[in-house]
Amino acid sequence: MTSITQSMQFIPIGYYLFFCTMLFCIGVTGVLIKRNALLILMSIELMINSINLLLAAFSTYLNDPAGQIFVFFIMVVAAAEVAIGLAIIVVIYRTTHSIDIDILNKLKW
Amino acid sequence: MMNLLIILIPVFPLLGFLILGLGFNRIPKKITSGIGPGTVLLSLSGSLIVFFHLLSGGGSGTPNRIVTNLFEWISFSGFSVSFSFLIDPLSALMLLIITGVGFLIHLYSVGYMKDDPGYNRFFAYMNLFVFFMLLLVMGAGYLILFIGWEGVGLCSYLLIGFWFKNQEFNDAAKKAFIMNRIGDLGFLLGIFLLFTTFGSLNYLDIFTRAQGMHPGTVVITAITLLLFAGAVGKSAQIPLFTWLPDAMAGPTPVSALIHAATMVTAGVYMVARSNILFVLAPATLMTMAVTGLATALFAASIAIYQNDIKKILAYSTISQLGYMFLGLGMGAFTGAMFHLTTHAFFKALLFLGAGSVIHAMGGEQDIRKMGGLGNSLQKTRWVFLMGTVAIAGIPPFSGFFSKDEIFSSVFVHSFSFWIIAVTGAMMTSFYMFRLYFLTFSGKFRGTIEQKQHLHESPSIMIIPLVILAVLSIAGGAINLPGFTGGSARLQSFLAPVFAGSMPFLKGPVNALDHYTEWLLAGISVVYVGIMILVAWFRFVKKEPELKETVVQKSFLPGLLSHKYYIDELYNSLLVRPLSGLSKGFHEIIEKKIIDKLVNGIGALVIRAGNTIRYLQSGHVGFYVFMMVAGIIAILLFNLVI
Repeated sequence: MTSITQSMQFIPIGYYLFFCTMLFCIGVTGVLIKRNALLILMSIELMINSINLLLAAFSTYLNDPAGQIFVFFIMVVAAAEVAIGLAIIVVIYRTTHSIDIDILNKLKW
Repeated sequence: MMNLLIILIPVFPLLGFLILGLGFNRIPKKITSGIGPGTVLLSLSGSLIVFFHLLSGGGSGTPNRIVTNLFEWISFSGFSVSFSFLIDPLSALMLLIITGVGFLIHLYSVGYMKDDPGYNRFFAYMNLFVFFMLLLVMGAGYLILFIGWEGVGLCSYLLIGFWFKNQEFNDAAKKAFIMNRIGDLGFLLGIFLLFTTFGSLNYLDIFTRAQGMHPGTVVITAITLLLFAGAVGKSAQIPLFTWLPDAMAGPTPVSALIHAATMVTAGVYMVARSNILFVLAPATLMTMAVTGLATALFAASIAIYQNDIKKILAYSTISQLGYMFLGLGMGAFTGAMFHLTTHAFFKALLFLGAGSVIHAMGGEQDIRKMGGLGNSLQKTRWVFLMGTVAIAGIPPFSGFFSKDEIFSSVFVHSFSFWIIAVTGAMMTSFYMFRLYFLTFSGKFRGTIEQKQHLHESPSIMIIPLVILAVLSIAGGAINLPGFTGGSARLQSFLAPVFAGSMPFLKGPVNALDHYTEWLLAGISVVYVGIMILVAWFRFVKKEPELKETVVQKSFLPGLLSHKYYIDELYNSLLVRPLSGLSKGFHEIIEKKIIDKLVNGIGALVIRAGNTIRYLQSGHVGFYVFMMVAGIIAILLFNLVI
């Protein structure tokens, strides 16, 4: 019976790195190309989770639990952030009847 | 015990300054009148104790001296300056002059400055001055001397511009400060050179090492010339003398204390203190003698045609300082110090007497508007006459003995110098008696209101005057020369200080036989007497001719009444080209180059902002895209590097 640690260490770190980078890039691309605010929020979640996974992987490989503690913190913060983000989107929808971010172009000179 | 006392001497005036300076106007006048003169009185009693201790041979070693180490001030590899005091006969003499005359002048000021709104400020500055002056003479090295030297310059500035609401007085203060700065630059360079040559700034170290040097060495000549430049500035010699007459803008007690009795003699003290260095540089001695002689004659001739009572005394001070430097240049260090002492007495007396006159006249300083004051100012008239006779050099008043000692040493060296010096002395008696006669004899020439205002000064002003008059009469007794049967006590008291330089002086100072000395003294007294008679004829017997036009018409009097146009010369030669140069710099470098550069940078930023602001489209997506693109660019950049 191998422990979770050992089974995770069975997969080389490079794989984790590649996987997380991909996940992160997908998230970035989503943020860049989507115009729907909800989808952008989801893409940001994707990026955050790719980082979480990377932290967990490194903490396993380095035998240091601090990384996993961090993951929990990030999850809490991300949950709070999503709550705020959704609230903002609700407000935006109420004022503009749309969640298309291209309408929101008031932030200029 | 003695060491503690020595430290306390300068501490008293410093405490006085701190109390009066920090208390400002909260301290009532009565307490100020106690603190101001009181601290100086305490210093005076300390100085007296130290003086008699030295007189009774209380110092350590054969050259009678006490060195007091306060603390190590600066100390790093190969360089150390200790903050220490050196008390020897020379500094003891200066201590007595400063605290003694200083105390009398403080006492006088209590009456003189009674109604001035800046009463406390005045005494704070005066106490600070006494502190710095004591530091100057007590310091055991050139650096401490320099602290005092700059400190008294500062106090001089503050007190000349004491009535700072008058712009002219402020200008006079600035002039004094700047002219002193020119001399001080030389002095500072001299100190640097001293340090590089001898590796120390302590008097005793330097003098011991200097004694082994060859006379006429270039470096010694350079050092002494630089030190002398400092003395020229502080003691108002040619060419840096024009500040002293203007310095009369300050209150009269200031003129008496700072610009007659003590600060301006700091240069003389410094040269006498460094006597060994100076005798090693015959060229400097000669420069000093010529400068002193020229100044003595020059200033005396200007004084003849001045009409401001204080300016006459100021030029007289310059002239007498010239005699002191002449004496120093001839190697008559004791004579110079003797003249310094008697001059402190009678010139302080004359200034304070003039202050009493100005007080009575309600601020009037022009002697053409005075006359006949002898009737209403009986006491002032008599003490002023004592001072006048003393400075003119009539025996047995103090000025005669001190001047005669310098003259006889001049006679030993050069007959022509002696003739010039006697001519100067003749002028001295003439302008002093002109001043006396125009002020106190004849008819009153002022307005009727001034005549009704005339009154004798209060006794707190008269008492210091009487004491100074007694000192001016009897002050010569401290160094009665040998040919009058005296024992030259000052000479033997100061001898240890000047002992080191005696072997280097060419002729022995007292080489004259008694017959010649009587003759020399007789000749100068006769000539001085003749000049007094001339003054009497011109200003008492005949109606004095005082119209401005008469003086202006003829060439020489016109030249003299304009002080040889020296101020105008300096103005057109130095001040105007310099201000023209700075105006040019202002127009070209400041306005055309620096201003344009700074404004250009501002304009560049504004223009660039105007162009680039269109990047801010307001689309959040675009911002994010730019951010990501930026991050990628940085990553790529890192990869490439």
